[in-house]
Amino acid sequence: MAASRIPPTLRDPLFEENPIARQVLGICSALAVTTLLSTSLVMCLAVTAVLIASNVTISLIRHWIPSSIRIIVQLTIISSLVIVCDQLLKAYAFGISKQLSVFVGLIITNCIIMGRAEGFAMQNGPRASLLDAIGNGAGYSAVLLVVATFRELLGSGTLLGMRVLPLVSDGGWYLPNGLMVLSPAAFFLIGGLIWALRTWKPAQREVEISVHIESPEHDELPRASAVSSSPRQAA
Amino acid sequence: MCALRRDSVGYTVAFAAVVCLVCAIPIAAAAVLLRPAQEENQRVDRLSKVLDVARLVQPGEELTRADVLARFAERITPRVIDVRTGLPVDSVDVERYDQRAASRDPEQSSPAPVNEAKVLRIPRYLVVYELHGASDDKVEALILPIQGYGLWSTMYGYLALEHDARTVSGITFYEHGETPGLGGEIENPRWQARWTGRKAFDDNGDLRLRVVKGATGPPAADPYRIDGLSGATITSRGVSHTVLFWLGPDAFGPYLERYRTSQRAEKL
Repeated sequence: MAASRIPPTLRDPLFEENPIARQVLGICSALAVTTLLSTSLVMCLAVTAVLIASNVTISLIRHWIPSSIRIIVQLTIISSLVIVCDQLLKAYAFGISKQLSVFVGLIITNCIIMGRAEGFAMQNGPRASLLDAIGNGAGYSAVLLVVATFRELLGSGTLLGMRVLPLVSDGGWYLPNGLMVLSPAAFFLIGGLIWALRTWKPAQREVEISVHIESPEHDELPRASAVSSSPRQAA
Repeated sequence: MCALRRDSVGYTVAFAAVVCLVCAIPIAAAAVLLRPAQEENQRVDRLSKVLDVARLVQPGEELTRADVLARFAERITPRVIDVRTGLPVDSVDVERYDQRAASRDPEQSSPAPVNEAKVLRIPRYLVVYELHGASDDKVEALILPIQGYGLWSTMYGYLALEHDARTVSGITFYEHGETPGLGGEIENPRWQARWTGRKAFDDNGDLRLRVVKGATGPPAADPYRIDGLSGATITSRGVSHTVLFWLGPDAFGPYLERYRTSQRAEKL
């Protein structure tokens, strides 16, 4: 019952339309910063903060943005926010900002933020855009934190820097999995997550594009017009 | 209502200009207001690297700003020296002196002779950090700031020499733009550990240390060679040139010479 009162703009990006697992956006940072939980946490906060600010700003001025330069306007606003965010981290969280290195700056190119600006904030009011930003930020964070928990625990035997599994090198029993520290581990984990999510929610499975074009019964679906161009949304 | 249509050229240009102006305000404000805090962070970070190369930090130990400053004050004495004579200079406030800024200032520096570390200017005054014993004032190590060009970037770091001013006790880098995973491995403590115990100078005082390709023996048997980073030949070469330049006659050479002479005099 409680779940139904949460607006779909806020709820859907968590599982139904998760930016990483479903839309497969923002993968670059999900690989790069998830070796440790602490860096992932800061990255999640930074991305969510930038996403909220950019979505609300762009939504507020959407009626005034000339359509011929809308992408560059969005990018200007997003980059300004990211630079401010980077400066704040350098001033107040120097250690973490050093570990995140270029990846804070690369939030500018994070497809989730551009995607929500162009795909949602340009068509919706500031309130809905705010909820959409919080939802997508939470969806991104959920995946990042799950991946980082696995990678830090199995790769270093710690969580948030605290020793959980005693290492063989310190006289314990756990031999750290070196693969988990490297980027490919994030690919395996995200792949596993997508698999789990699509097993739980079969509607998210990709469907062959030819099926939609050739079978006439799908034309009666409400979103049939989107079928041929975007097979994912058809299901 | 509007004199200009939303898609007219005039409106588009005006809108772009306004967006740029409005966006510039928070960026400029952040850059100006946060600069003091950021510079202080960088200073403390550099000092913590000095502590690191002086082995005053345990591996994996996290130090707060206060820890760094306290530990630094307890064991390390920074000194400003004249690059030509190697003599200490008392007229310069060591707390305020910024060697990197000085090497960019034509008033405080001179062009360096052509060198393979690609150091362009050399400041008139250099900073040396002396590590003292916990109980006495005896110098245990000398920590020298070094900088030089690798593959992409200038690498900034510290080289620590033992009290004989011949044996390397450690090396570290705090800022560089080398390729992560390849040249960036100059930050790797395991590679840095290969430097410990090697001899920079032979018994005649000649500079012999080199970073080479291929495996090297333990420091006792193979004192002048360090195994370079695989996949990062140019960065390794850059580190080699950097160390040679800063230990050489145009940089810390005169100071080290003077220091060794005074050490010998003390022993007699």
